[in-house]
Amino acid sequence: MTIKSQEERAIANENDIADVRNSVKRIASLLNFSLVNQTKVITAASELARNVLEHGGGGNVLIQLIAESNRTGIRLIFADSGPGIADKEQALEDGFTTGKGMGLGLGGARRLMDEFEIQTPDGGGTTVVVSKWLDKP
Amino acid sequence: MERIPILKLGEILLVTIQVDFHDRSALALQEDLTQKIVDYSSKGVLIDISALEMVDSFMGRVLGNIAKTSRLLDCNTVLVGMQPAIAITITELGITLKGIHTALTAEDGIELLNTLIQNGNNGQSKVFGKRRLYL
Repeated sequence: MTIKSQEERAIANENDIADVRNSVKRIASLLNFSLVNQTKVITAASELARNVLEHGGGGNVLIQLIAESNRTGIRLIFADSGPGIADKEQALEDGFTTGKGMGLGLGGARRLMDEFEIQTPDGGGTTVVVSKWLDKP
Repeated sequence: MERIPILKLGEILLVTIQVDFHDRSALALQEDLTQKIVDYSSKGVLIDISALEMVDSFMGRVLGNIAKTSRLLDCNTVLVGMQPAIAITITELGITLKGIHTALTAEDGIELLNTLIQNGNNGQSKVFGKRRLYL
């Protein structure tokens, strides 16, 4: 897999969440994603950006245009240096929340994207990597 | 922070949510609406989201809370103009928007609100009648 281009956006306040959505929308429409898939990617980005802000105390996102031999896609890497996630399985359950939300963010984002991965290194912080391909194999 | 305007049309309050609706303006809308419902004794709130390109769980929660709070103030909420792509996405996300009435267009929404307002009044007098029987 190759990274065709990437851009970084800081997530430090709620206005940044809208900026992340706009950047993701620009890349997703550039890739000619269908309107439904664009909406799914933008919504997942919004959920994950809000997690970075609410649970991770801020961080950033890398928005990448990725390619493989026969397909292209978008990959989003959200990183924060917050306390991490104590129980990853539990965090993915719908309705589980340590914040004020509905507890749909992580599990919902996983459903909306094609690939989903959470990394919580021992040193703290959380990285969530999600991708969506234009042509599913 | 920009505040979202609320228009009064008889017994109904009309809100159009535009693109780039921030978290803080969403919470301010919730407060402004509840205050206006009480000030004007409004019986219905029509929320038009046709200009929104996405609804995430935060916005889903705000819309749900507006409907619940309005209900406590004897006021119905109808959400209109949801884009089909948003309906598909929020269903997959897991947002149900339980308790919120929906209509496709603002016109249909106003018609639905008028029906709800009439039925609501009948419903209340029925309950009131029953209570009197038990007394």
